[in-house]
Amino acid sequence: MNSINLAQVAASDIVIPGLVERISVRNLDFYYGQSKALKSISLPLYANRVTAFIGPSGCGKSTLLRVMNRMYDLYPGQRAEGEVLLDGQNVLSPAMDLNLLRARVGMVFQKPTPFPMSIYDNIAFGIGLYEKLSKSEMDGRVEQALRRAALWDEVKDKLRTSGQGLSGGQQQRLCIARTVAIKPEVILLDEPCSALDPISTARIEELIEELKADYTIAIVTHNMQQASRTSDNTAFMYLGELIEFGPTEQVFTTPREKRTQDYITGRFG
Amino acid sequence: MNDHIVKSFDQDLAELDRLVAEMGGLAENLLADAFSALERRDPGLAERAIASDRTIDLLERQIQERAIVMIARRQPLANDLRHVMTVLKIASDLERIGDLAKNIAKRAMAVSGDNRPRQLINGLGHMCELAHQQLKDVLDALGTRDIAKALAVWHGDQRLDDLYNSVFRELLTYMMEDPRNIGLCTHLLFGAKNIERIGDHTTNIAENVHYLVTGTMLTDDRPKGEEAAPVLFGAAN
Repeated sequence: MNSINLAQVAASDIVIPGLVERISVRNLDFYYGQSKALKSISLPLYANRVTAFIGPSGCGKSTLLRVMNRMYDLYPGQRAEGEVLLDGQNVLSPAMDLNLLRARVGMVFQKPTPFPMSIYDNIAFGIGLYEKLSKSEMDGRVEQALRRAALWDEVKDKLRTSGQGLSGGQQQRLCIARTVAIKPEVILLDEPCSALDPISTARIEELIEELKADYTIAIVTHNMQQASRTSDNTAFMYLGELIEFGPTEQVFTTPREKRTQDYITGRFG
Repeated sequence: MNDHIVKSFDQDLAELDRLVAEMGGLAENLLADAFSALERRDPGLAERAIASDRTIDLLERQIQERAIVMIARRQPLANDLRHVMTVLKIASDLERIGDLAKNIAKRAMAVSGDNRPRQLINGLGHMCELAHQQLKDVLDALGTRDIAKALAVWHGDQRLDDLYNSVFRELLTYMMEDPRNIGLCTHLLFGAKNIERIGDHTTNIAENVHYLVTGTMLTDDRPKGEEAAPVLFGAAN
């Protein structure tokens, strides 16, 4: 079967009436130099829904996330073709304001990356880039972001201490707080729990559940149970292709594609 | 289908299948022995049949324990999840089939001293043969993941329901003909109901085989033929 057709069919199969497509990826190709890492990917990310990306290492899921906020622009030789529409506007267009794009599409990485500054400043720094707030307004926004990330109660008495002194799970929630502080529309999570213990992981998953009321969320994870627990839709990718895209409960109980089934059941050769 | 990368996962699933197959074989034998005991008025055989139900119960518990451990340790997904869940449900149906067959064996004990004509039991014999064949077929369908065979069993239960209604009427006739038949025929009526219920559990297994293989439930209501008995009682009022 032609893989490009397969991806297109899979994406069109899950158009869910009544949901808003916050991001629409259309016929996206991506190149690391001469190497094609994404092959004609088409899929929607729905507003107020969590979309999980699963697949073996190197299949292109993190690459796809990096395209959504033009992270690849930082590296020469990397280029994308096709369209990634954010509310109808192509983020791949040279006219796109990258600072504004990254404010609208926030990203949290596998390894917590707190800035070498206080907990308070970790949050305030990003807000200050986009908005001019008074001290009391900024205090309110920092508290709001930390509460949103379920971290406030644990750090409210040590806001001036270094963010790097927090535990791994707390650091990751600080990064999420930093992301939500800027009030993005989309949050991209690239293996956010891979370095965390089960309790911290549960806190992040609970957070994802709460955040989806306000945001569009995409999560890359190698943990099948995490994908099945946290997401509404799941995309399975392999060798740069979108193999299957569908409602999570369907993908994890009755996947349409044999390759999906083999991967999620641990039969992949 | 490809093997799992973790070989012991395949071994665990194979062990579940082996236990269910063993349970199924025992349930088949128990049903056959229970009817033979009834037909031959053989209390010894009835007693052995009753005792064999304990092994079926034990196997069901083993399957439950293994399935729970597998869910906890392997976190199965997709066809593996369906495999574990359907084996659990099938084990539960087989356990009920064992109980119902045991009830027939108990009836055999109760009527072992009765010397009423053996022709009274012929209808029940036909029911038992059909139920036994249905059970055998569905276990084959499970073993070979044969959807066509499972569907044939699913549809075939109608014949057993029809036969049950026919036997019900026949036994009522015997009782009306000669009140001395009432004792035996009452036991046989309960036996017929037990076999009809065995047919229903066999149908459940067929539905689970279908779900296991295809991932879709059989949703259409299977035609049922159980209305005859209430109609008969209604007509008497």
